[in-house]
Amino acid sequence: MMILAQQLLLGVLIGGLYGLAAAGLSLVFGVMRVLDVAHGELIMLGGYGTFWLVTLLGVDPFLALGLVIPGALALGVALYWGLFAFVVRADEATRVKNSLLIGFGLALALHALAVRLWTADERSVPTPYGGAVFTVAGLSIPAVRLLSLVLAFALILSLQLLLTRWRWGKAIRATAEDWQAALLTGIDVRRAYLLAFALGTALAGAAGTLVTIGYAVSPSIGLEWTLKALIVVVLAGLGSMPGTFVGGLVLGVAEAASAAAFGGPYREVVGLVIFVVVLVVRPRGLFGR
Amino acid sequence: MRRRWAAVSAVALGALALLPLATPREDILNFVFLVLLGITLAESWNIVAGYAGQVNLGHAAFFGLGALLTRRLWTTGTPIVAAMLAGAVLATGFAVVIGVAAFRLRGAYFAIGTLALGEILRTTVSNVLPEISTLPAASIAAYRLTDRYYAALVLAAVTVAAVAALASSRLGLGMRAIREDEEAAAASGVGALRLKLAALALSTGLAGLAGGLFAYYHISYYASHPFGPQWTFDALLMTYIGGVGTLHGPLLGAVLYVVLKEYLAVRWVDLHLLIFGALFVAIVLLLPGGLVQAAARVRRLLRRRR
Repeated sequence: MMILAQQLLLGVLIGGLYGLAAAGLSLVFGVMRVLDVAHGELIMLGGYGTFWLVTLLGVDPFLALGLVIPGALALGVALYWGLFAFVVRADEATRVKNSLLIGFGLALALHALAVRLWTADERSVPTPYGGAVFTVAGLSIPAVRLLSLVLAFALILSLQLLLTRWRWGKAIRATAEDWQAALLTGIDVRRAYLLAFALGTALAGAAGTLVTIGYAVSPSIGLEWTLKALIVVVLAGLGSMPGTFVGGLVLGVAEAASAAAFGGPYREVVGLVIFVVVLVVRPRGLFGR
Repeated sequence: MRRRWAAVSAVALGALALLPLATPREDILNFVFLVLLGITLAESWNIVAGYAGQVNLGHAAFFGLGALLTRRLWTTGTPIVAAMLAGAVLATGFAVVIGVAAFRLRGAYFAIGTLALGEILRTTVSNVLPEISTLPAASIAAYRLTDRYYAALVLAAVTVAAVAALASSRLGLGMRAIREDEEAAAASGVGALRLKLAALALSTGLAGLAGGLFAYYHISYYASHPFGPQWTFDALLMTYIGGVGTLHGPLLGAVLYVVLKEYLAVRWVDLHLLIFGALFVAIVLLLPGGLVQAAARVRRLLRRRR
């Protein structure tokens, strides 16, 4: 019983990161109707950015977020101008399909680039407080992962505030709702796309930092994280960032429960099965709000 | 035009058939084997993606199933041809069952749904069969590369011929109608689901045979290896770079891909993916018809000059 509770707790802790990873994808897809399957590779790049900041410059891993987020924002702007700005000109069906293909090529290229730059080895960053563990009611909570969960929640909350309070946040939401109507009311839809994509990439970068701190990064984590993010988006639907966070927690717990029931190696399968079933049962309403 | 292509194909096929007699060098035969396997994978993927317009990102699942069953039957004494056919039947059967549900999904949702499906299969197989599958000593002693080479040549030729026949058939026409506009095709009497299933069945049957060839070729490999997503990605890159929805595009793409991959692998492992990933993005954005379209444009330009 104790072991199960411990596993579920660890599931919650990683679930927060799933939520954060999905938030960026959900924002980009909801606003632009662009399915960026390189999202996991952006997370991977955020992770290596952190790895470099920590090992080369000696920055504290959590403070590295302060540098990774602006860096990822800039990367998002560059990727939008270089690639996705061309995609959003097409009609919606073509847009989704072409963005999928482009994301795919981008993912392969970034993966190969990461292997060249950082080799295929798994990397993690040492933290000065890395081993600290709280014990509550007989359950051990690794301090680093708890802090990551809190930070993930804080980031999603700030995104939600941006989207509801900031002028351009409202423009982004209006564009997601109905881009033609948004255009008619004088919103610069292209700018809203750019902002949404940059914010989505920044969230991916932040997720990468937290993944590297709590777990590890390697060039091949991209596909896995893209799939996790897609599963959460399918579970939680579009439109609500707190909902996405909760969806992440649900996936984390579901994985932990299935690992406890069927053995560790099957933890990946449960999310994918949920994903396929939801897709097939609700083929249209799937990304609905 | 048609007759010229037939003549070119016959000469190419003849030359490839004579190659093992002309050279005993195993590296050359292995290399051509990889090209032929690539052609089979790319052309089979092209049936669903290029002709019926459905991007199937779970192609590796069917390649893997073919490899799994073929290996199992062949190592327990079944003749290789029968084992490969059984593998193909398994892949097709699974595809038809899955397809009925998966084709409820359109466009990109079909793509990510099939991607998830492939990953489910890969994870499950690597959990159930974590060991390396190695041929028994007697089979290793009797291993002859030329047998594998000819099997690959026959399979690639059959695949290309099947796609050629499909392209000029009523069935292929219906598939292209679905690709262009599924609603319009259905409204004018094309049975969309039936044709998409037919495309998937043919495509996955060939992928299953290709998997069987893989199982016949390799002395030892992890059972989950042929289920890896890279097999799908390779097929996708070859097809798109060559020209999706054309007969000779995937052929061209496969040759180029394998040549560059093997050439670069000598010094830079995986660099080909950086190049092909970037090339692929450029092709999706600027040249949706791939190299075949580029060649047609160049030819038209030259003709105008004259």
